[in-house]
Amino acid sequence: MVWTALGAFLVINAMLLSASLLVFAERRVSAFIQNRPGPNRVGPLGLLQPFADVLKFVLKEDVQPAQSNKFIHSMAPVVMVVIAMTTAALIPFAEGVVVADLNVGVIMLLALTSISVYGVTLAGWSSNSKFSLLGGLRSAAQMVSYELSMGLAVISVVLIAGSLNFMEIVEHQNSGGALLGWNAVRNPIGCLIFIVTAFAETNRAPFDLPEAEEELVAGYHTEYSGMKFGMFFLAEYVNWFIASFFIVTLFFGGYLVPFEPQLIALFPALEGSTLLALLQFGSLMLKVGFFAFLFIWVRWTFPRFKYNQLMKVGWKYLLPISLANAILIALGVVLFGAVGL
Amino acid sequence: MFFLLATVAVAAALGMLIARNPVSSALWLVLNLFCIAGLYLTLNASFIGVIQILVYAGAIMVLFLFVIMLLNLSALPGLEEIEWSSVGGFAVGLALLSQLLYVVALQFELGMDPVGAEAAAEVGSAASLGEILFTRYALHLQVAGILLLAATVGAVLLAQRRFQ
Repeated sequence: MVWTALGAFLVINAMLLSASLLVFAERRVSAFIQNRPGPNRVGPLGLLQPFADVLKFVLKEDVQPAQSNKFIHSMAPVVMVVIAMTTAALIPFAEGVVVADLNVGVIMLLALTSISVYGVTLAGWSSNSKFSLLGGLRSAAQMVSYELSMGLAVISVVLIAGSLNFMEIVEHQNSGGALLGWNAVRNPIGCLIFIVTAFAETNRAPFDLPEAEEELVAGYHTEYSGMKFGMFFLAEYVNWFIASFFIVTLFFGGYLVPFEPQLIALFPALEGSTLLALLQFGSLMLKVGFFAFLFIWVRWTFPRFKYNQLMKVGWKYLLPISLANAILIALGVVLFGAVGL
Repeated sequence: MFFLLATVAVAAALGMLIARNPVSSALWLVLNLFCIAGLYLTLNASFIGVIQILVYAGAIMVLFLFVIMLLNLSALPGLEEIEWSSVGGFAVGLALLSQLLYVVALQFELGMDPVGAEAAAEVGSAASLGEILFTRYALHLQVAGILLLAATVGAVLLAQRRFQ
């Protein structure tokens, strides 16, 4: 009990810190892509910039729009942050290192993503502003549409691993030198669909319609200021980071170090040691770092979808493809299982 | 834990009925669904508990909320004065009925044997649920699937007619 609490405390603080690091990374990388320096004045290389930003958020005045629903208006950002932080509890960081080792971990993840839409929708509704309301409505429609394809992509992984537990799913990818056994190799279509829907569920570009500046000012958080806006900001970055974690966990071998079985065969002392756990954590963070970078890269490469295009992609392309993929994977599991592979 | 969750669930259900604003009504219902999910979790039925959140709170209530916001419903009329005598009569009748049913259940030994925590966790797991669903209740599953398909086709037809 005490250890779980301590672990949760550590994970939450790590998430908070990494969010500020991601803000900095995004600003510097986008500056690099647009061929300008970016924030480089506060602290060495501008590393203290996000902390200065947080200070600014805290010191700003908190404005409540007139005629808004005060309670819900304050609750919405809290919902966003709490759900983002709860999802972090499901990530296996190394073999046996996870805050909540649930037997139904995968479904829990889907349940939490499906609830997080409340934060955005309620923020849009309670602000009493048409821009916010439109942003909230768009977000509800978008998340409900893409959840289905995401669920089917996740189901194809569950079929392969035969388990709903994240740890077991990761361990199941420990074949072929823990590199060819990755679900991204065995289930490439599901992997692509999951990455696309992860972008949609985290409201990142090119799926950031809920906050399309040109049409909706700032979308669902138009009427938020000070730290309440800061919480939306925080939740977005944490969601993005956690989405990278789950892409890696489900499809890219999670915490497994490439060639881990061979490594253990070479150095038997490594089995179950702290060094191996550290190596696994390092390998996980490297992979996650790449996907976090991918999120920025995509944001500054692709233009935003139009609303009708978004719906078309979600319902007419992604959903049938993911459905067909799930059936294909199920057939494959049965056939290969019959041969004994 | 049970009494805490049950109290909050009942209170949320009452709140849903009393709230005059459709959106707060929907939110009370969401709280109620969460409490029910919590009750499932205390019964060691983690799969059903999480599915409860995923399906009801996560999908159905989001659609409800979406529709309520689209329709932009105005607040419902204020509360009416309650006639306490009829409420009292209802409560007494309910008490009598439950007493009768209890006696009948005792007579015919309809009460169920309590199940241990480990057995409950075994039955509540996704694997055993899936097994029973696709063997013993396979026909029921197919019928439910066809019903849902019919409902979907009907909804599409109804929506199409408007635009022709």
